[in-house]
Amino acid sequence: MIEVRELTKRFGATVAVDRLSFSLDQGEILGFLGPNGAGKTTTMRILTGFFPPSSGQALVNGHDVVEEPKAARRAVGYMPENVPLYSEMRVEEYLRFVGGAKGLDRGLAKKETGRVMEAVGISKRAHQLIKQLSKGYRQRVGLAQALLGDPPVLILDEPTIGFDPGQIVEIRSLIKGFAGTKTVILSSHILPEVAATCSQVVIITQGRLVAEGPIELLRAGRQGGASLKVLLQGPQEALTRLLQEVPGVEGVACTGTSPHLEGACYFTLETEAHGQVAARVAQAVVAAGHGLMELSPVSASLEEVFMQLTTEEHASGEEAA
Amino acid sequence: MRAFLAIYRREMAAYFHSPVAYVVLVAFLLLTGYFFYAGVSFYTLASLQVMQNPMMMELNLQDHLLAGLISNVSVILLFAAPLLTMRLLAEERKSGTLELLLSYPLSDLSVVMGKFFAAWSVLTIMVAATWVQIFLLAFMTPLPWVPLAVSYGGLLLMAGAFVAFGLWTSSLTENQIVAAFAGFLPLIILWAVGWAAPLVKPALGELLKGLSLGTHFQGFPKGLVDTADLVYFVLFIGLFLFLSIRTLEAKRWKA
Repeated sequence: MIEVRELTKRFGATVAVDRLSFSLDQGEILGFLGPNGAGKTTTMRILTGFFPPSSGQALVNGHDVVEEPKAARRAVGYMPENVPLYSEMRVEEYLRFVGGAKGLDRGLAKKETGRVMEAVGISKRAHQLIKQLSKGYRQRVGLAQALLGDPPVLILDEPTIGFDPGQIVEIRSLIKGFAGTKTVILSSHILPEVAATCSQVVIITQGRLVAEGPIELLRAGRQGGASLKVLLQGPQEALTRLLQEVPGVEGVACTGTSPHLEGACYFTLETEAHGQVAARVAQAVVAAGHGLMELSPVSASLEEVFMQLTTEEHASGEEAA
Repeated sequence: MRAFLAIYRREMAAYFHSPVAYVVLVAFLLLTGYFFYAGVSFYTLASLQVMQNPMMMELNLQDHLLAGLISNVSVILLFAAPLLTMRLLAEERKSGTLELLLSYPLSDLSVVMGKFFAAWSVLTIMVAATWVQIFLLAFMTPLPWVPLAVSYGGLLLMAGAFVAFGLWTSSLTENQIVAAFAGFLPLIILWAVGWAAPLVKPALGELLKGLSLGTHFQGFPKGLVDTADLVYFVLFIGLFLFLSIRTLEAKRWKA
């Protein structure tokens, strides 16, 4: 559905996007992550045909964005960062204009305007001037114009900036609802948002791809071993010795006492894999007559993975230089 | 075609939803109204003198009143047009709406044509408004309708040339003031460059006259249509529309 091959974009001497390749199947939602200035917006602008790449290729819905710009753009609904809108227009008037600009006939444009206003919840603001809208509502109008004409691909640059928490949940569930029918690329700094809405992630930094894949894979793959956090009641040395003997446990560290339970202690266990090890730890503790109060797997958060990936790349880049 | 119409309608709405069109229209009508008043007063005075002194030459309404008024209108249009065209592309570039507009499946041609025809329509409305004066005159005296129609046709062609040029300067920059001034100055020079013709070598003089907007306009207020003048204006409009499209395209590659 979307295919990016060896995409490069130079602005004078600076390389904004550097041989970036990734692909996305229909119905998937891709989280496009990276620190500020990583080249996310540049990549999106190439995909929407705002400017052509310096080299490489980008296909949207099978159409090359340079060779067949109209066909490629017909397949895309785009919501740029900061949502530039004609502030002197009224919401409904603006959306009808977008319908016309997208080539819909008047009847269809009117119908689509009604549909998208309903979808993003701005029907009540239909006759308000865009300049009088709050940031959140402007953002909705931006999303509405992207949805207009029902394009199979949506490209959303920072779609939830400017929303309050309640609205964020609403918009996220709206985007999640596209899964399976529309192909979506959304860029974001907000990692939990990506975790909550996306099936795939692409992480770039300094224009280069550092990681690509399903979110779960990315998390597990980067973690190396797994770890467990347990809260146990009993003598600390005896417990440490006991835990070290459990097969699959590679390291034991006591990380402090519980503030609520007398004589209870937190341990962090480095293990080789989840599941079996956790069961064995539980069994060993209970068999030895100690109290097992808590047992939970610790998985690396997306933030950790993100930091690890983007800083690693940065460091290796500096070494090379 | 649908995209063209959508853009045309949006631009027209933008002119008439903001004070721009009204301010320019009012200023234009005040100026042309003043010139009309002054011209008619002077012509009336001159007519009285002619009646008293049979030795003076015969007065002709088209040559001695209307042609002058039409020429004044064309000069005022020269100043009004860049004020109307400066925002067309510069504003969209500055506010970022151009990025969104160009992500729609429309051609650069329909963007440029939609904006061109919108600004041209506003100038046409302004020019048409001066017919109030013509009708006032028609109450007092029979008018030479055919030369008058030719004059107004010339005015509209001229307005089209101003708009095409202003649209092009607006495509070059994201600063509206720069777009306006880059519109005024070359237009004024192109308008007047023919005046230098008698002062230079004949060959260069012919070239200057050939380039001059003013020289090619001269015939219209007298009710004369010269194919060369028609071709000049059509080519002028075509050239700057073409350059606008190419600039839009080039800015994508350079961006």
